[in-house]
Amino acid sequence: MQLVLERRAERSAIIAITSPLIAIALTLVTMSVLFAILGKNPIAALNVYFVEPLTDSYSLQEIAVKATPLVMIAIGLSLCYLANVWNIGAEGQFLMGAVCGSWLAVVTNGTGAGSWVLPAMLILGALGGALYALIPAICKVRFGANEILTSLMLVYVADLFMDYLVRGPWRDPKGLNFPTTAEFDSVATVPTLIDGSRLHAGAVITCIVVMLAAVMLGRTIKGFEIRVVGAAPKAARFAGFNSKQLVLFTFAVSGALAGLAGIIEVAGPVGHLQPGISPGYGFTAIIVAFLGRLNPVGILIAGLFLALTFIGGEGAQISMKIPLDLTKVFQGILLFYVLACDSLILYRVRLVKLYRKAADGTA
Amino acid sequence: MPDASPATGSRQEPLLQAIDITKRYGSFAANDAVSIELFPAEIHALLGENGAGKSTLVKVMYGLVQPTSGELRWQGRKIELAGPSQARELGIGMVFQHFSLFENLTVAENVALGLAPTEPFAEISARLAEVSRLYGLPLEPDREVWRLSVGERQRIEIVRALMQNPKLLILDEPTAVLTPHEADQLFIVLHRLKSEGRALLYISHKLDEVKRLCDTATILRGGKKVATCDPRQETAASLARMMVGADIGEVKAASGRSTTVPRLVVTRLTLEPDDPHGIRLESISVEVKGGEILGIAGVAGNGQDELFSALSGERASPDAHNVIVDGEAVGHLSVTDRRRRGVAFVPEERLGHGTAPRMKLSENALLTGHAASGMVRHGFVDKPATLSTVDRTTKAFDVRKAKRDPEAVSLSGGNLQKFIVGREILREPSVLVVSQPTWGVDAGAAAVIRQALLDLSSRGSAVLVISQDLDELAEIADRIAVMFHGHLSEPIDAAVATREKLGLLMGGSSAGSPAGQNETSHAVGA
Repeated sequence: MQLVLERRAERSAIIAITSPLIAIALTLVTMSVLFAILGKNPIAALNVYFVEPLTDSYSLQEIAVKATPLVMIAIGLSLCYLANVWNIGAEGQFLMGAVCGSWLAVVTNGTGAGSWVLPAMLILGALGGALYALIPAICKVRFGANEILTSLMLVYVADLFMDYLVRGPWRDPKGLNFPTTAEFDSVATVPTLIDGSRLHAGAVITCIVVMLAAVMLGRTIKGFEIRVVGAAPKAARFAGFNSKQLVLFTFAVSGALAGLAGIIEVAGPVGHLQPGISPGYGFTAIIVAFLGRLNPVGILIAGLFLALTFIGGEGAQISMKIPLDLTKVFQGILLFYVLACDSLILYRVRLVKLYRKAADGTA
Repeated sequence: MPDASPATGSRQEPLLQAIDITKRYGSFAANDAVSIELFPAEIHALLGENGAGKSTLVKVMYGLVQPTSGELRWQGRKIELAGPSQARELGIGMVFQHFSLFENLTVAENVALGLAPTEPFAEISARLAEVSRLYGLPLEPDREVWRLSVGERQRIEIVRALMQNPKLLILDEPTAVLTPHEADQLFIVLHRLKSEGRALLYISHKLDEVKRLCDTATILRGGKKVATCDPRQETAASLARMMVGADIGEVKAASGRSTTVPRLVVTRLTLEPDDPHGIRLESISVEVKGGEILGIAGVAGNGQDELFSALSGERASPDAHNVIVDGEAVGHLSVTDRRRRGVAFVPEERLGHGTAPRMKLSENALLTGHAASGMVRHGFVDKPATLSTVDRTTKAFDVRKAKRDPEAVSLSGGNLQKFIVGREILREPSVLVVSQPTWGVDAGAAAVIRQALLDLSSRGSAVLVISQDLDELAEIADRIAVMFHGHLSEPIDAAVATREKLGLLMGGSSAGSPAGQNETSHAVGA
């Protein structure tokens, strides 16, 4: 007997909706096995991971705080992926956005500058992310360089550049030699939504971004262009859409959103620039984008779910001594299953009797 | 060839029998209880429209597809084919319509790839030269495939099949890519193979060819066998009726078509190909007047694709004046800007070029309509407007589909082509450039499309039709030019464009040279 993938006559609408759920279920089963191997009770571990964070309001707010950058970045990435453009470097664009926005916070620190500082920082952050994302985009359009490699490699450049700044020129003189900038002034800080909570205005901006993306993809010619270029490049050329311009456009937009997420993170929950501001948001957002079916609303839900794994992972480390790295394992397994289940939309799995394998094709 | 045993007088014992072959894909039966018997020393035609199930049946016989039910018998014994290599071991060879050749390898290397790896390369080369000489299929073993014409490429496929010394040779629409002269040469080879006692299965939908060449014909329609008959005893009309299941309406030109001023003018267009195996366009000049249909004939791969993308604007021309529409130079403009000036285009490839296969028809209406049909306002898509284009096209061109707005890929070839042509014609373009308008389309849809092109031109538009189908051009074109190696001949009046004249041009002779040596004389069309 042999397992084969057989092409479906038309795409399965049921699988298209349920594929993320199947993937999550498979991930949970795999994780249970992993917990059991680690000598933990799987039921208890899953409870700590996925149920406990939903039971108190502090954790719920933290989920929203973590989901804010994830969703914002993933929205940008989904535009790239829909257009068949592979920006893997959102993490670097996130860091560059954080650096560019922080520059203003650092130079105005303690000068008593007005309330224009924060908006200007957000613009600088978005601009920084966009310009940084345009490097791999231009390399692709101009020289045919593979954007997957260039965008990924630039992540490490951005990481080390930020490291240099906070250890060198931007280091807080009163910071006891810790690699960090001074705490941002209040005019350079994203306001919180509820007093005493970490939930901040960035969550609102993310919701607006989700809505704008949904309108753009569903109703505008630009959204149509993105989808056609990704789905049928030759038809897109026939339609008069310029795929090179679209590479630049999608990279710039996704870079801007990643950069915006970066500066909001720094000027919001963190409050200063330091290494380790991102637990890999730019990479986790790739999973969010696919788990959310590259659909803005789906991404919002997927972002909240992935944020839950961050919070649950922290809880599991504290109460059950499960290593925090298991969260990354979880996210990796999830992406694997999501992509695997997606192939079931266009293909069905069949068991067939094994024939002697014909050694050749049609030639 | 040594061991093709001449099997004269064995008319009673079929070489290959297919009995009640059924192949289902889901609920769709591509073949429904089809039976066929192939005899040695006989050319058997398999006739049918696109989608009638010819390819499926042949793939079953060649071991590429496992039938859902039914059986195959080889010389009376029941067989089960696990794959093409087993079919070849039995003595079944096949020449596909779409070649599977590696362009960057030589002829001999390509042939060696399909043979057993035990045979030394030098021996294969020598055998190749011998077989090609023996059958009058000249080939240079050391030439790279990309240098060869389509006809020569097909020779490789035939020689490759013959080197395995098949008892049964299956040919899938072999003349689709040949000039009339090349087709005649192929027929000589096929007669020779028949006289050696081999069985041939000849797939085609060209009735005159089948009448000329074949001893028996099996006709398929909608996956079922309609009849097995002697094509020489039938008329072309009676064969067509069996294939289509109804009489086909004749296409009529509107009376009093007037040709007026040139609306599409191409002047000295020279364009380097953007892919290394593409064809360079060599100083192409041509004019299409309003109210006129100009046909461009030629064997595929002589620069037609390159010409289409230069006319559509998918590739810009070096000089704006290379392409002129209604007096305005548009050679430098994009597809969108040319559409805004009233030009419409229908590419050869329906799925993936003319439409995005997995998108809905309304979105595919937007694909070309966004430029100039009021479907987009301030960057926003007017969905009702795109849907109404689908509805109007459906009504005007009788597009049959399962629901109001299905994905393009779910339509049959003919219905999708009617949608694509209709989508452009409903915009009333001043110039229409269309490539292979009825390629692979059923006869009913083809008639609708040709009529629509005639009607459009009679309303004053200039229509340029690129087609490999000489009968089609004879039916609708006023003048016909021929493309060869990136050159375009002077157009000749369709009334005096005989098959011989066009055939010579398609083979690269200049228009004035004397007619070919041993060609029979028959005019194009009815």
